[in-house]
Amino acid sequence: MKIDMTVNGDARSADVEARTLLVHYLRDDLGLTGTNVGCDTSSCGACTIHIDGESVKSCTMLAAQARDTEVTTIEGMADASGELHPMQEAFRQCHGLQCGYCTPGMVMAATSLLKENPSPSEAEVREGLEGNLCRCTGYHNIVKAVMTAAGGA
Amino acid sequence: MTAVMGTPMLRKEDPKLLTGENKFVDDIQVAGQLWMGMVRSPHAHAKVGTIDTSAAAAADGVHAVYTGAELAEMGLWAAPLPCAWPVTEDMVNPPHFPAAAEEVHHVGEIVAVVLADSRYGAVDAAELVEVDYEVLPAVASIAAARDGDNNAHSDLDSNKAYSWALEPNPEGVDAAFANAAHTVKGEFVQQRLIPAAMEPRGVLAIPSPAGGEVTLYSATQVPHILKVMIAATTGIPENKLRIIAPAVGGGFGAKLNVNPDELLAVTLANKLGRAVRWTETRSEAAFSTHQGRGQLQTIEVASDENGKISGVRVHLDADMGAYMMLITPGVPLLGSFLYTGVYDVPAFGFTCDGYFTNLTPTDAYRGAGRPEASYAIERAMDMLANEVGVGPDEIRRRNYLAGGGPFENLETASTLVFDSGNYAPNLDAALALAKYDELRAEQQSRRDAGSSKQLGIGLCTYVEICGLAPSRALAGLNYGAGGWEHATVRFLPTGKVEVVSGSTPHGQGHETAWSMIVADKLGIDPNDVEVLHSDTAISPLGLDTYGSRSLAVGGVAIAMACDKVVDKSREIAAHQLEANPDDLEFTGGQFQVKGSPDKALPIQAIAYGAFTAHDLPDGMEPNMNEQMTFDPPNFAFPFGTHIAVVEIDEDTGNTELIDYIAVDDCGNQVNPLIVEGQLHGGIVQGVAQALWEGAEYDVDGNCKNPSLMDYLVPSAMEVPNIQTGYTTTPSTSNQLGVKGAGEAGTIGSAAAVINAICDALSPYGVTDMEMPATPQRVWKTINNAKAGA
Ligand code: FES
Ligand code: FES
Repeated sequence: MKIDMTVNGDARSADVEARTLLVHYLRDDLGLTGTNVGCDTSSCGACTIHIDGESVKSCTMLAAQARDTEVTTIEGMADASGELHPMQEAFRQCHGLQCGYCTPGMVMAATSLLKENPSPSEAEVREGLEGNLCRCTGYHNIVKAVMTAAGGA
Repeated sequence: MTAVMGTPMLRKEDPKLLTGENKFVDDIQVAGQLWMGMVRSPHAHAKVGTIDTSAAAAADGVHAVYTGAELAEMGLWAAPLPCAWPVTEDMVNPPHFPAAAEEVHHVGEIVAVVLADSRYGAVDAAELVEVDYEVLPAVASIAAARDGDNNAHSDLDSNKAYSWALEPNPEGVDAAFANAAHTVKGEFVQQRLIPAAMEPRGVLAIPSPAGGEVTLYSATQVPHILKVMIAATTGIPENKLRIIAPAVGGGFGAKLNVNPDELLAVTLANKLGRAVRWTETRSEAAFSTHQGRGQLQTIEVASDENGKISGVRVHLDADMGAYMMLITPGVPLLGSFLYTGVYDVPAFGFTCDGYFTNLTPTDAYRGAGRPEASYAIERAMDMLANEVGVGPDEIRRRNYLAGGGPFENLETASTLVFDSGNYAPNLDAALALAKYDELRAEQQSRRDAGSSKQLGIGLCTYVEICGLAPSRALAGLNYGAGGWEHATVRFLPTGKVEVVSGSTPHGQGHETAWSMIVADKLGIDPNDVEVLHSDTAISPLGLDTYGSRSLAVGGVAIAMACDKVVDKSREIAAHQLEANPDDLEFTGGQFQVKGSPDKALPIQAIAYGAFTAHDLPDGMEPNMNEQMTFDPPNFAFPFGTHIAVVEIDEDTGNTELIDYIAVDDCGNQVNPLIVEGQLHGGIVQGVAQALWEGAEYDVDGNCKNPSLMDYLVPSAMEVPNIQTGYTTTPSTSNQLGVKGAGEAGTIGSAAAVINAICDALSPYGVTDMEMPATPQRVWKTINNAKAGA
């Protein structure tokens, strides 16, 4: 099945099996392996990306469903010169990552959280990240990073 | 250079992880790779009958299908999967092969594998394999293994795997209980836990058909151990194996095993001459990766009328699961030495029986034996406090080793020598940080007001064993390897430094911490240090990462290798400056003749001189490449006080953790940012055991909650911010005075939370709460207690 979409600003088109999950298309076909897979029940959020600016778990949809959309993955967050996105920088400053496996999904989810609610309370950040699991950090520093990126800490 | 050790330097690892540049195993693709799909038993205990592979073999894109029996006939295995820790001479260790040929012993055991061209194709083909089973009765709990009539292995006449005892003073224990003014007895369940590192395990084996080598990429904590073990179990010469742990997404013990998938990938890649790969799905991980805990504990404490402990007696029944994995039988033993906690216990006895069940094998999970021990003694201390009629802080003070004051190298009743401690000031610091008196006042006022939201305050004053391990201590426990760690520190000609470490990080920030140690030791910029690790071709000597050993053993090895670099540099500097080596001082990365600041040489210039070898002392080897293998003389014993504050809604039974205070003492800190991160994560893992997590099985041995939908790994919603503080009591076991912090959080937190719950519910006469303290369980307990009152 033929699909076209824009991924991190580049037009991409491919012929994929109809059942191909978007996350596998990004990872296996486009080599954008920053988007991770942590579960098979859409519970962990490791696969979170942006589609047309909204955060989406890319394991929950087919590649074909993303036809004609603008997809942004973690690889598209830092600018061309390599300067980190403010959310990435906040995670770094606050030690909001350890093994880094949940991190791309967390950064994507947190960015879209702030887009919807630019100055959230700590409780709102915790609630907003409910769909993203981290086994390493205990969340304390992730929450701190998001609050920092929001300018609220 | 001012010292960097002790400063919160940002991690070097982060930019690559934050941008998705790092490669985890599943991110690495190679041409011609075959995807492995596992056919797994749906039964916990069954004879394997005929297997029809024809439909799978005929499916599009399927390259091969092998049953367990066929794999056995192919001569791929030189030996069963290894258990490195036969804890007793007569321990029962049923043979365990990567795929079962005749009988399966847990749900999810592999009975056949398929190899296909694609990720999806492998899964599809595995589903086409038809297997007949003759179902046998399953042993689905420790109690069933101990008391029931069925055997987990048909060819064994009992489920008992071993009995192990640590009874240095049995008469003393008997006398303590005979003469006690107070005794308390706790019976606790350490439920099975699914480790759930966020990166699933995965493998990619790449053969070299002409050369005979195999390279295995694995999401593992232990590439070095894996290399030895794969050689031993497959017969592939060890020098033909290369193991690489690329970026690894958390481990927590779950990635320190030698697994069927690793052996299948290596042997099939070697046989077929094509790369073979597999990545576990999350739901599969409940069967394909070992689980943690799984113990029934009985602890008894005897004391005099003031609550001063006279004896502690412990018995465990431990669930091995279906097979002995790498260190399965040893996990309870790792905890055995800690059932006396931070207390001065005159007489101590410990016994443990290990049992086979038809469940996923157990093995190390964050803390491995020590959280269980800490839980039991810390719960028992609260029971003793109630019995004696004093507060939980007071009962602890009355029993601290060395009266709660500073000590060094103190022998305890469990026969270990604690390196250093100073417990009372640590407790005081935690009580102050928690505003303990205010919390107690608030608790009282809620009780007085008859509030439906009860406040509970729980203490845990833990100690743990880090820095595994002195090799001789391991020999005494019959462990099959040493506990040293290796390091190489080398100057490159341009003055940059490469450090090669045998420790294998998977989130701990080794590259940062090791750079900081080297920077201070050599007087250079930490950014001039590159750390190489996790690849047996680059770092051939190592014993990897587990047991909070990386810093206290591996980091210290690096520091000692740096000392050798400095020593050699001093010789060269003395030679070139025509001075006596003893007249040189080394500061800020320079050797300088004392009193003559103009006669100085920077260490990089000396290193360059070692490279050119134009002007070295007679007989000196060129190059600056120093190695150190450090075998620690003793373990390190970090400690701390954790205080959990919970609010329990009596109407729903819901427990909310509203505050958590942790004052830890891990000796000197290399990077406080990393220490704090380790504590946060560890604490939440222990809290999760107390409140939410537990692998549940039905009577047939089916896991009822294998996926992340049902197995409740907490999200940010469920946990509060954590208040941390520190005291610093340097270790005497190593030159850096460091102890370790990787498991401390987990070791302190489950007991603190359950103590808090029991504290909240004490007005109803509630004295215990089984983990996980789900709303349903708490609600029931409250209502039963009220009805009984
Ligand atoms: S992989 Fe998409 S939610 Fe877990
Ligand atoms: S940093 Fe490891 S899972 Fe979040």
